[in-house]
Amino acid sequence: MIKTDILIIGAGPTGLFTVFEAGLLKLKCHLIDALPQPGGQCSEIYPKKPIYDIPAFPEILAGDLVDNLMKQIQPFQPGFTLGERAQSIQTLDDGTFIVTTNKGTKHHAPIVAIAGGLGSFEPRKPPIPNIADFEDKGVEYIIRDPELYRDKDVVIAGGGDSALDWSIFLTDVASSVTLVHRRNEFRGALDSVEKVQELKDKAKIQLITPGEVVGIVGEKKLTGVTIKQADGVFEKPCDHFIPLFGLAPKLGPIADWGLEIEKNAIKVDNTLDYQTNIPGIYAIGDVNTYPGKLKLILCGFHEATLMCQSAYKRIFPDKRHVMKYTTVGGVEGFDGTKKQAPKAVVKAIN
Amino acid sequence: MDDKDVLIHITDRDGVSHQVNAPTDMNMNLMEVIRLYELAPEGTLGVCGGMAMCASCQCYIDSDHQLPQISDDESAMLGEAFHVLDSSRLSCQIPIDGSLSGLKLTMAPQE
Repeated sequence: MIKTDILIIGAGPTGLFTVFEAGLLKLKCHLIDALPQPGGQCSEIYPKKPIYDIPAFPEILAGDLVDNLMKQIQPFQPGFTLGERAQSIQTLDDGTFIVTTNKGTKHHAPIVAIAGGLGSFEPRKPPIPNIADFEDKGVEYIIRDPELYRDKDVVIAGGGDSALDWSIFLTDVASSVTLVHRRNEFRGALDSVEKVQELKDKAKIQLITPGEVVGIVGEKKLTGVTIKQADGVFEKPCDHFIPLFGLAPKLGPIADWGLEIEKNAIKVDNTLDYQTNIPGIYAIGDVNTYPGKLKLILCGFHEATLMCQSAYKRIFPDKRHVMKYTTVGGVEGFDGTKKQAPKAVVKAIN
Repeated sequence: MDDKDVLIHITDRDGVSHQVNAPTDMNMNLMEVIRLYELAPEGTLGVCGGMAMCASCQCYIDSDHQLPQISDDESAMLGEAFHVLDSSRLSCQIPIDGSLSGLKLTMAPQE
């Protein structure tokens, strides 16, 4: 069981900054995120896009923003459960919470801060009839263990980095690799595209473009796919079909936690502290809604800051606390580091 | 209707038709107009915010309007979108201006 003061669901910019604000109050944080890396949308969807409305940064790449946040929170030693989705929540008699992930990891905390953005990222599933019947029976949307494909015939669909990179990687593992994409052009990194071209020329990858997988063949297990091209439809026997069309966010299991949901977002009290209808559970950043809500990173930072003050009062109802400026109090990390403004040098004039 | 508005015909994902006034002087795109009038549930349209990096705002253009050319980014994203037709566009990539007056579009199904 992982124990912490504030359990943050979602490791996007708002979730990460919560660690900093909580740390100033000496509260420890642990983050859960369905993605394998922190940063949320900033890392997953647009790491190379510049953002222009982060205060004091005239321009910053989304990926750099995440790197900076990770550096900023490092002294507060947050814990991470990455690649797992927060699945269920249980309220204990003392008002604390146990959150369990889809992989069964349990977390215990008096405060839960949902900073889940638009939800957890799930693979985009192509609208192929009966594909759901073959999930994990030859159809995989995520490659967890490449060894599964050793000496197998594999068909990959998609035109982005993940489709290209896995096609390249699996040429050394699988018996055959076929890459299907609806266009002749690929969206991935240039060197990956060139590598696929090279492997195609060496007949190590069969490229089917423009083409689209439109059907699954098989009874209990997949035995092939149907591919549509301009000149007709044909069947391609294979052992595995891996559609790699990227990820899209879905609110997911959080929607069933008894929280008040409005417009696909969690309703919070914005006049006070961004608490939800369940005391002790807060929602901050893009995942929440209230009158006048704006889904902006800078608003998430503000919400995280107020939320931490409220969380402190909830954890320590009898302690009298005064907010301290970092210019005055500095930053005292849990790792023993201390950052502080240098003291002014006073010299006497004789 | 403001004289800076254009009338757009939008068929939502449930097949319901709407006629909406879209402002030409607010630096908006078609995706934002759909959101402005709340014609799709929040979080199901314009997920990437309008960067042509998701296909959640895909629509089918049902009229003969001359639209801005499809950029490489939009083309690549449409290459990975589902339910794509010849008339598919990402609505976030079409800015609202006077030339769109009377435009007809149908929102693509939610993925």
